[in-house]
Amino acid sequence: MGYSWNWGVFLQPSATGDDTYLGWMFYGFKMTIGLSLSAWLMALFLGSIIGVLRTVPNKVLSGLAMAYVELFRNIPLLVQLFLWYFVLPELLPASLGNAYKQSNPVVQQFLAAMICLGLFTSARVAEQVRSGISSLPPGQKNASLAIGFTLAQTYRYVMLPMAFRLVVPPLTSEFLNIFKNSAVCSTIGLLELAAEGRQLVDYTAQPYESFIAVTLAYLLINVVVMFSMRWLEAHVRVPGYIGGK
Amino acid sequence: MTNSPRLAMLAMVATTLLSAPAFAQDAGTLKKIKETGVITLGHRESSIPFSYYDDKQQVIGYSQEFMLKAVEAIKADQKLDKLEIKLMPVTSANRITLIQNGTVDIECGSTTNNTERQKQVAFSNTIFVIGTKLMVKKDSGIKDFPDLAGKNVVTTAGTTSERLLRKMNEDKKMGMNVISAKDHGESFLTLETGRAVAFMMDDALLYGETAKAKRPADWDVVGTAQSKEAYGCMVRKDDAAFKKVVDSAIASVMASGDAVKIYNKWFMAPIPPKGLNLNMPLSDEMKALYKAPNDKAFE
Repeated sequence: MGYSWNWGVFLQPSATGDDTYLGWMFYGFKMTIGLSLSAWLMALFLGSIIGVLRTVPNKVLSGLAMAYVELFRNIPLLVQLFLWYFVLPELLPASLGNAYKQSNPVVQQFLAAMICLGLFTSARVAEQVRSGISSLPPGQKNASLAIGFTLAQTYRYVMLPMAFRLVVPPLTSEFLNIFKNSAVCSTIGLLELAAEGRQLVDYTAQPYESFIAVTLAYLLINVVVMFSMRWLEAHVRVPGYIGGK
Repeated sequence: MTNSPRLAMLAMVATTLLSAPAFAQDAGTLKKIKETGVITLGHRESSIPFSYYDDKQQVIGYSQEFMLKAVEAIKADQKLDKLEIKLMPVTSANRITLIQNGTVDIECGSTTNNTERQKQVAFSNTIFVIGTKLMVKKDSGIKDFPDLAGKNVVTTAGTTSERLLRKMNEDKKMGMNVISAKDHGESFLTLETGRAVAFMMDDALLYGETAKAKRPADWDVVGTAQSKEAYGCMVRKDDAAFKKVVDSAIASVMASGDAVKIYNKWFMAPIPPKGLNLNMPLSDEMKALYKAPNDKAFE
């Protein structure tokens, strides 16, 4: 088709002279991993709390948790990102907002992206945790309350250890999704993997090589995540349940 | 086996269809126009004020006027009583291919003439020269590129400006934070909200953004142009006869003084659709071009 392949392009010094194009890709790779992992920790922490709150007997607390989930789950990720990046600094007091906006843009982009991805995913994690808790037979909770555990102790020692082990497979999908969703953050100018791929196309006019490299990098990340989660799943499997011994 | 004669026929039809534009190309654009009585013009949809749709979906703009002047010259040159004009919207991604495969005969929009593209197509005499400059808030105190050291600067991803800005930052160790926004609108938003102190882009586009701003008087276009780019009309490569007619049409528009009138109409007066005035004075490069029309690329 008349396309001239040039895999050597990755070793060429970049047009701006700061690095090779491979260096650019590696920067994007590190950015994607750093962003996704920090957002995932945030999502796991917040998602667990919200998921538990959704199942507590208190109507107010479970109602608030439900509102949280519906809010973050039902607004498109891109819209949320723009709200965090463009709108939030305008709502701060003028002096604080201006100081923030004059700070290092990479920090601003990273923070907005991390908060956005973290909260979006936390709503989804919360749903998984809730479904894990509700899938437990009611007898477990009742028995533990009957032998004198408080509600907090029942969650801590009986229900959550079971629920978390049951929801490892759906959590794996969320974990994989967060890496893929992080590509959205290129729209606010964060130079992560997808953005660096596009940069490479603009600068080298070698679209096939660039996008193949990006694809392989995402594949690599997700294969590693998948196998580690498989290992975890096998390790924490509950005996007697589906798939357990 | 009943299928194979049909397949063979299909292949024949396909070959004929595919080779038709190539045939037209070999025969020369002028000859094709004379035989068919039709010329296809490539235009842009939103390159304000070069080539875009007005509110009645008519194609208008500075480049469009030059293209129509060229069409008149072609009609006169070929002694045609009437010449049907077909308009074909093109994008920056497909414009070169459409010229090459014969779909479009000439394209005047906002296409930069550079040596890389000259390997694929030919360019007419330059119709416009832009420089890459800075848009800043009037009270920011920024006058030129050296003032940007250590500041946040925005530009649009994938443009010449982005390349130049990052290179300047690296070469001169200026410590700028370069923000690459995804389009001109987002770049301006970044500037307007105070995230960046300056927006680097082609000056004509910066004047366009200024005119669109909520308070145009707050903004200014400043700085020494970091690069110059020549916009030309694209025609097919190796078709000297056609290029000559187009070139001389553009040259005579410039010689007669019509070019300045066209310039003032699009850059110094309110233009559709919103009645904005870009207020972009004629630059020295443009004056030089009007005095001595040429088809040279700057890079």
